[in-house]
Amino acid sequence: MEMTWVWTGMVTLSLLFGLASGRLDAVANAALEGARSAIELSISMAGVLCLWSGVMEIMNACGLSEGLAKLFRPFLRKLLPNACRDGETLAAISANVSANLLGLGNAATPLGIRAARRMARGCNGTASNELCLLVVLNTASIQLIPATIASVRAAAGCQTPFDILPAVWLASVLSVAAGLLAAWLLSRGRVEQ
Amino acid sequence: MNLSSLVIPVLLSAVAVYGLGKRVDVYSALTHGAEEGLAVLLRIVPALVGLLTAVSMFRASGAMEWLSGVFAPVLELLGIPPETAPLMLVRPVSGNGALAVASDLMDSHGADSYVGRVAAVMLGSTETTFYTIAVYFGSAGITKTRHTVPAALVADLAGFAAAALAVRVFFGNG
Repeated sequence: MEMTWVWTGMVTLSLLFGLASGRLDAVANAALEGARSAIELSISMAGVLCLWSGVMEIMNACGLSEGLAKLFRPFLRKLLPNACRDGETLAAISANVSANLLGLGNAATPLGIRAARRMARGCNGTASNELCLLVVLNTASIQLIPATIASVRAAAGCQTPFDILPAVWLASVLSVAAGLLAAWLLSRGRVEQ
Repeated sequence: MNLSSLVIPVLLSAVAVYGLGKRVDVYSALTHGAEEGLAVLLRIVPALVGLLTAVSMFRASGAMEWLSGVFAPVLELLGIPPETAPLMLVRPVSGNGALAVASDLMDSHGADSYVGRVAAVMLGSTETTFYTIAVYFGSAGITKTRHTVPAALVADLAGFAAAALAVRVFFGNG
């Protein structure tokens, strides 16, 4: 529903700005041009996107996600001590984190939801501090190889679409840290139910 | 030959050899994954058509410049290029919308330009915040989300500023 507002707003503002600036011809052409370029973009993205989805699937099949999940358990135990007392919740959260790292969004979401449902039991619709943390962790992207972005860069004519990886990692770490810090600061002084 | 052209061939071969060592049917996994990639693409194509139409009109009408101008003073304070203002507005609401805006920025500024790189890193270091919150709390039956939304938005804003910073660190001011 939000996107309905965004889309309607953008198209209407374009009309108004176009009328005001006398650039309506350009706006009309841009509409058709934009639709055409969407298909061009999709086709030039397709190869890279499929290739990397395939590589991710191999990594997943050879147990790399389980390895990552094990790696993250000690850290998660510290971050979410109450939730991790329940073995099944811990398993779901660590699998969620490793799927996120591998960029397997489709796999990560159901795992995270399973953990969230277990953590929400008996709290009458109010999110606990740890559940807030889990959701903040999932709203901050933590991908090792952002394949979709690399494919968009390749489509835009970039020769080395993966050269931004170190920058993506640095920005992700800073963003996750800021989110966790903010969640922790905002939860201080409040009583957990 | 430069070092970065080693990365992709080495990664492809290393993953395949490791998978083979683990007795994984590497080729089936590859094609199965590629099929999923295609499914992802099919899901985003309709959204891209809608959004690139709107973004392209928005830019041609001059509204994009106006929007960037409005946010420019605040963004410059945070070291974020003002051209990316539309991307930051769309990012928390729609993943495909952000993809469309970022690809438009890469096309108009160049994928290897400062703005193009910052857009790519922003896309990679943030998530569709409101969608994620709705899905998680919706399925867990949570109605009082407490400090989740402000904390998640702090993470997004930090991610945007960090994206610009990280590109400057690794690539200079381009």
